[in-house]
Amino acid sequence: MTTTDTDPQTDGAAAPRPAPDTAPSAGVPVVEMQGISITFGAVRALDQVSLRLFPGEVHALMGENGAGKSTMIKALTGVYTIDSGRIVVGGEQVEFGTPAASQAAGISTVYQEVNLVTNLTVAENMMLGREPRRFGGINTRAMNRKAGETLQRLGLDVDPASVLGDHPIAVQQLVAIARAVDVEARVLILDEPTSSLDADEVAKLFEVMRTLRDDGVAIVFVSHFLDQIYEISDRMTILRNGRLVEERMVSETSQLELVKLMIGRELEALEQIDREVAATDSADTGAPVMKVLGLSRKGSLETTDLELHEGEVVGLAGLLGSGRTELARLLFGADTADTGEVQFRSERRRLRSPRHAIDRKVAFSSEDRKAEGVIGDLTVADNMLLALQASRGWLRPIPQSTRTTLVQEYIEKLDIRPADPQALMRNLSGGNQQKVLLARWLITQPEVLILDEPTRGIDIGAKAQIQATVADLARQGLSVVFISAELEEVLRLSDRLVVMRDRRKIAERRNDGLSVSDVLEIIAGEARQDQEAHPRD
Amino acid sequence: MTDTLTRPTPSGSPGPSPAPQRRLRASSSTKALLWPVLALVVLLVVNVVATPSFFDIRLQDGHLFGPLVDIARNSAPVMLVALGMTLVIATRGIDLSVGAIAAIAGAVACVHMAGSSAEGAFATAAVGCFTALAVCLVLGLWNGFLVSVVGIQPIIATLVLMVAGRGLAQLITDGQITTVNNDSFSNLASGFVLAVPLATVVAVAVVALTALVVRRTALGMLVESVGINPEASRLAGVRSRTIIWTVYVFSGLCAGLAGLIIAANTRSVNANSLGLFIELDAILAVVIGGTSLAGGRFSILGTVVGAVFITTLTRTVVNVGIPSEANYLFKALVVVAVCLLQSPRARAAFRVRRVRPAAPTSAPTSKAGLA
Repeated sequence: MTTTDTDPQTDGAAAPRPAPDTAPSAGVPVVEMQGISITFGAVRALDQVSLRLFPGEVHALMGENGAGKSTMIKALTGVYTIDSGRIVVGGEQVEFGTPAASQAAGISTVYQEVNLVTNLTVAENMMLGREPRRFGGINTRAMNRKAGETLQRLGLDVDPASVLGDHPIAVQQLVAIARAVDVEARVLILDEPTSSLDADEVAKLFEVMRTLRDDGVAIVFVSHFLDQIYEISDRMTILRNGRLVEERMVSETSQLELVKLMIGRELEALEQIDREVAATDSADTGAPVMKVLGLSRKGSLETTDLELHEGEVVGLAGLLGSGRTELARLLFGADTADTGEVQFRSERRRLRSPRHAIDRKVAFSSEDRKAEGVIGDLTVADNMLLALQASRGWLRPIPQSTRTTLVQEYIEKLDIRPADPQALMRNLSGGNQQKVLLARWLITQPEVLILDEPTRGIDIGAKAQIQATVADLARQGLSVVFISAELEEVLRLSDRLVVMRDRRKIAERRNDGLSVSDVLEIIAGEARQDQEAHPRD
Repeated sequence: MTDTLTRPTPSGSPGPSPAPQRRLRASSSTKALLWPVLALVVLLVVNVVATPSFFDIRLQDGHLFGPLVDIARNSAPVMLVALGMTLVIATRGIDLSVGAIAAIAGAVACVHMAGSSAEGAFATAAVGCFTALAVCLVLGLWNGFLVSVVGIQPIIATLVLMVAGRGLAQLITDGQITTVNNDSFSNLASGFVLAVPLATVVAVAVVALTALVVRRTALGMLVESVGINPEASRLAGVRSRTIIWTVYVFSGLCAGLAGLIIAANTRSVNANSLGLFIELDAILAVVIGGTSLAGGRFSILGTVVGAVFITTLTRTVVNVGIPSEANYLFKALVVVAVCLLQSPRARAAFRVRRVRPAAPTSAPTSKAGLA
């Protein structure tokens, strides 16, 4: 099933799928990683993996979480030292002991989280560590000019003298890329650059990527969004469990084929959810579990009403910044509302803190997994039991036997890997962290579960599993609020759809066969109405 | 005693992926203690070389005597202060006011005894001590209030009492050095229980009790959780305000107890000098013990080792015969060396470059921050 035994040196003759018909591959690869192996302790993180990057090509590195993508990238960027195999850059064998050595060889990386200084200007960020000097000080004018030139070359309309933090995340991400490119990069590695971007912003990013590609830069692109892979990539290398599966041309591989290669089995799970969700259609009867009247908060949400019923999945659809996350936070008391109150069964009250909501059996998983969910230095077990322990108070520790049982149960139920309660949370992959956070709330046995982007940036297997779990919980009577930027996902799971736009609810529909374009129509239709109402906007 | 108490048994690791990922486990507390213990051993060896009789322990009148016994006795105050400091630091805080609180505790107890009609009675000593601890409780409440309710940065909030507390202690003693004649009280420092110095027994008992409470209840885990990620903890429903408040109160109480022991040792209280700079020794002890100043995971056993180390170091200066002018410089150098020894990054830099891939994402938290 793998081609790892192929001798990489006899490339032209026996290499897997050389695909000679496309222009770039006719050239010489700018980077060749051959038979790379990396071992951590007793674990083989990479086993004889090879990767070729050609100039002027977008190369997608594909695989589930834990397949070895990040390790491969870190081997190339000098973060990890390889145990065996070799790296050839521009025809010369190299050995990267440090990230700096890799950068000096023209390999630049932009990581998933923007690693910039938000209170410095755009230009300062781009030139950080290599500022143009004059009289021993920094020559600000020259710095702004140089940064401006780079931004212009990439077609970015950003003032180099503006403060980075004033720009939206997407722009910051593009600045990070501009910084990476500015060091005369031959290879640009983009690790999940789109996970927090809107469709428009992704389009902008792709424009920049195309500009760079046409300049001859080899781009490594890692993303969980298959559509994006297909839109931008020329070639891909697929990894699974630390091994090379295959190198393929994107144009010659169907999405279905790709998914099969990535996970090594058919994707029945997702189809099954579709059928099951269709089967449960009995919601909306009975009294609401939670009812919201006139909820609002200045600057984040205009007055909104909402009802949640037992066993119902309510999907919140809308673009980034439409108020979907803001509504979710207010429902949980993560932010305090200016007006409005929340009614639980028959009790009415205002939520002043998450504790109020938790005591009323509401659970909330934030979209910002790293900052608002994960306790990185604690173990998986502690992370899982945190919410339950917090509601019991510190004087009543959860008995050891209960701890073990609960943690074991959820590790198995959600297939959390590694299946080790003592593993440190920060060492888990994103998908597995998300599952632990889901478990944290399920252990509290909530009646209302609010999930904000629970599947963002995680692999398709974990995604299917989380979706299946949500559908299953709703069937058992849990009321779920589900938020995702992916409309397909929202529609697949929801019984009812609430469409948000401009910080308010603009529509509420039963999900009887709504399609993505229906929803887009609602969002766009509202935009048209706006234009008619205020023609000058 | 530290990190291992509440953890579930390692488990036979069932589930679908049995083999991989052992490296992801939390590093055991024993391993984290390696460097501070090693530093302590080196220091003791230096002392034995300088004075071969350093390890001699005599039993005289049913009491133990000797340099090591002195160290055990003298480390009691620092150990107590550092114990409270450990929990405060674990919540990302710091308590600079412990020295001042110690002085206030000594002042309250001594002034009470000196002013009492039965100055030498046990009851007088007991009432004095409990009054002092009650005052410290209030002072801890004040610190905790400023940090957790008002939201002032801990270093600033406790600086208030660090400065004002000395003045308060002087007000209590009327600016005089107050001496007391109460054998029950001075026994707190110089007395023995089963041949062991009473101060040591008190400190070790408080440490053991704290370790037990912290690790047997969920307090330790919640303190760490708040220290590692306050926002995530809040959203998980952790009452971080209560927890932060609690650790400052506890720190105040520990400082008060330390102040009583110091005052008992000199049978007097000098509001200006009692517990002066003890906050720095305590912070050092915590850091040497392996608790990061950035908050999060803490090790009480490490702090104990750190406190003993600091006390041994002071003793070493005298024992080895370092000229008193070079005293502080010598201490500083040793502390820097120990902190470097502990920092994974510094160790990696010293090591010859036969590089193995570092464990992923374990950004080496430099513990040298303080030095």
